[in-house]
Amino acid sequence: MSALLQVKDLKRHYEVHIPEGLFGRKASLKAVDGVSFAIEKGRTLGLVGESGCGKSTTAKLVLGLIPATAGTVEFAGTRVTARHDAQWRAMRRRMQMIYQDPLGALDRRLPVITQIAEPFEIHHPEMPAAERTERSALLMESVGLRPDMAMRYPHELSGGQRQRVVIARALALDPDLLVCDEPVSALDVSIQAQVLNLLDDLRERTGFAALFISHDLKVVRQMSDQVAVMYLGRIVESGLPEEVFRHPQHPYTKALVSAIPTPARRGKRERIVLEGDPPSPVDVPSGCSFHTRCPIAQASCRTVAPQLIESGGHAVACHLVNAGAAPAVQAAE
Amino acid sequence: MVQYLLMKIFRALVTVTLIVSAAFVVLRLSGDPAIIILGPEAPPEAFEAFRRNWGLDQPIWVQYFKYFAAVFQGDLGNSMRDGRSALVVVGERIPLTLAITLPALFIKLAIGLPAGVMAALYRNTWVDRLIMMLSVAGFTVPSFVLGLVLAMIFAVWLGWLPSGGSDTWAHAVLPTVTMGLVGAAVIARFTRSAMLEVLGQPYIRTASAKGLLWRDVVRSHALPNAAIPTLTIIGFLVGSLVAGAVVVESVFSWPGVGRLLVNAVANRDLAVVQVILLLVGLTMVGANLAVDILYGIVDPRLRIKRLQAGS
Amino acid sequence: MTIDTTPGLEPASPAHASGSVFTSKSRVGAFFEAWPPLVLIALFWIGLIAVVVVGAKWIAPYDFMALDLRARLIPPVFMGGSWLHPLGTDELGRDVLSRLIVSIRISMVIAFLSTLIAAIVGVSLGFLAAYFRGRVEQVILMLIDAQAAMPFMIIALAVLAFLGSSLFLFTVLMGFYGWERIARISRGLAISANERGYATAVRDLGATPFRIYSRHILPNIASTLIVSLTLNFPEVILLESGLSFLGLGVQPPMTSLGNMVGYGRDYIQSAPWIMLAPSAAIVVTTLSISILGDWMRDKFDPTLD
Repeated sequence: MSALLQVKDLKRHYEVHIPEGLFGRKASLKAVDGVSFAIEKGRTLGLVGESGCGKSTTAKLVLGLIPATAGTVEFAGTRVTARHDAQWRAMRRRMQMIYQDPLGALDRRLPVITQIAEPFEIHHPEMPAAERTERSALLMESVGLRPDMAMRYPHELSGGQRQRVVIARALALDPDLLVCDEPVSALDVSIQAQVLNLLDDLRERTGFAALFISHDLKVVRQMSDQVAVMYLGRIVESGLPEEVFRHPQHPYTKALVSAIPTPARRGKRERIVLEGDPPSPVDVPSGCSFHTRCPIAQASCRTVAPQLIESGGHAVACHLVNAGAAPAVQAAE
Repeated sequence: MVQYLLMKIFRALVTVTLIVSAAFVVLRLSGDPAIIILGPEAPPEAFEAFRRNWGLDQPIWVQYFKYFAAVFQGDLGNSMRDGRSALVVVGERIPLTLAITLPALFIKLAIGLPAGVMAALYRNTWVDRLIMMLSVAGFTVPSFVLGLVLAMIFAVWLGWLPSGGSDTWAHAVLPTVTMGLVGAAVIARFTRSAMLEVLGQPYIRTASAKGLLWRDVVRSHALPNAAIPTLTIIGFLVGSLVAGAVVVESVFSWPGVGRLLVNAVANRDLAVVQVILLLVGLTMVGANLAVDILYGIVDPRLRIKRLQAGS
Repeated sequence: MTIDTTPGLEPASPAHASGSVFTSKSRVGAFFEAWPPLVLIALFWIGLIAVVVVGAKWIAPYDFMALDLRARLIPPVFMGGSWLHPLGTDELGRDVLSRLIVSIRISMVIAFLSTLIAAIVGVSLGFLAAYFRGRVEQVILMLIDAQAAMPFMIIALAVLAFLGSSLFLFTVLMGFYGWERIARISRGLAISANERGYATAVRDLGATPFRIYSRHILPNIASTLIVSLTLNFPEVILLESGLSFLGLGVQPPMTSLGNMVGYGRDYIQSAPWIMLAPSAAIVVTTLSISILGDWMRDKFDPTLD
């Protein structure tokens, strides 16, 4: 069976002008630089990484919100393009998005029930108004909103309630794929768990597949069937959440995992502190893009970019790991 | 700097081309000038001759290019009414218009600039309220009403000044004052908001926190910065000298370009209207260009931006 | 009076008395804070004008074209005239009040329709520029710049010269006054709305551009647009009355405010009321609408939210 979503070697580069020297120079910002993954029907892929690593750009590329520089996205066998024509609009019925900032994603001049009903108005204009209202009310109930909130405006709701409205609207048409871009990072910690549980719950009930993006490893671990770690526009490690987070292979993943504050493990594991900031995506280092911050980098890491190599469902892009802990100096040519 | 200037000059030329083309299009849209000028009852031979004379029998694009060539050679046709060159007809009125609009410009600046600065410095006091009230009045009282009221007071009741004509310098007083007062209101309002904007900036607070006398802060920090946006509106006023004179010249029967325009429109003397249209367009474009160049000299931020962008 | 600062306390009777006076005073104060007297007066005048516009036929005491040669140049009631003609009569014995009422109606209707045209043209072009960006936007911006660079009075005169004047054409022409400002504002607001997320979110739901702009962006920027249209309105009145004053706008036997001033100026010496009545109507009306517009702008300033 072919995957619901198939992403192949996706790239998104931006032309930027750098004020430098006499005339400045043109450079390309590699926000996403060769990302491939697949999501099966009803499964969830979690995408983690620091801010600026290209997670959100990947989300937008997957949905065809912005055009890709190279590579392909296939959804249920159909190419996803960024031409916003009738076909693209019709495809929205099957792929939806949840945003980081629910207040920004809602129209502050319309009551929330109207906004939840909007997908019906757009895609089923023939649906009678009564049925629309009824189905919207059901949706509100299923995301845990009280009926008396129907006529409220977004600014009259709390952050968590607003995100529930956005979720209800996204799920109105039973999409096959839901892209969640940092869906809880703008919410209070106490609310985060509720919204995550709701998403988990809804996924079990309706069976949508999801691309779940977050910088928070714990959140991704809770939500995902499969995880991928991104660094500077590339996937550096992927596999089952248990595998990746219990036995991280890539030095970058190791550093991320060691940074999770877990009182139970205190003292058992040494915390790896990465030095410096991630390099600018305009000046991606040659070879392995992580070598500037890698505690165990070798000479070869500076010149040859490592491939993502899978073994037993766990893929890593690191010379040292893939060569079996032995430095692959010979590969430098 | 050269690049900046060239770009501005290029844009000015584009605007001039647009204005000339618009004049041509509207001219062609307005129906057959032969019928308008000769009347529908004229003999057919007269139509033929007229069309040949004005080149109306040629294809439209030929007419367009000929029109352009003629305009750039300064050949703008003859007044369709009295047969003299339209350029001459308009040209002989220009000094009369300048005779009232230039002193009026002086009044606008002499009243408007200090009033605007005062209003901003004494914000929310009675000084500010009074000045703004007068300024709003200046905005909402049409110049013909102000002109007629002034004429009623100083010409009809007091008998100090003549109410119309152009025989002596006394005739120029009322039109000049009318235009000056209306324009002063505009300048005062813009100067005030430009000053307020500048006074709210952090560097003004820094300057006064440094212990500089407020007087010196205003003189050496606030005024030069407020001058920059004010320049734009002054440029617009210089460019629209003729436009501003249209109504006032008519009120006081002052035989300048404005009144000529009104008469030409009423008589549908298209050649004269066209010359005035181009005249106004060119002054506007020229004034804008001058303001842009002054900007480049006055505004250090623009200089830096140019260095970053152009170097 | 310090007691008022602790409203949670059980009010003792004298304190209670002073407290109630204090609150009622502040309530009056709050009312005038929200509705400054000048704005109330302006609103009252605008209401009066609206009544005149709607009910001109019934309010006007005489037919505005009815001649009465025996009653020529009668001064208004406060200059020694009679209540038969409260604002006097003109050189042909026509009732000035009746003419004024009809003039107000015509001037206001022209200004209203013109502002409506400016709004439609401006919003459409502004939205088109915001939607297409790129070359379409450049062309629209160039048009906006060209329009802003020419004094509209000159453009209007040129068009009138070329096309002649009819009431319909004149209204349409006035409708092109101010469109460039509205277009600039709509474009800016639409672009920032697109960046704010709600418009993008609706697009991601699969909404058509038409739906996004008409159902979401337009209502969201409506308050700012209404304020700028309100400020455009008096300027159209001034422009219309200026052109009509020059004899190039509304043509007799129709009458408008500027038109009346233009004819009245010949009698500035013998019968100044013919000219003063419409002049006052123009000034008070434009002033009222400007005051209202400025007040609305301060109150609903879009930069505040």
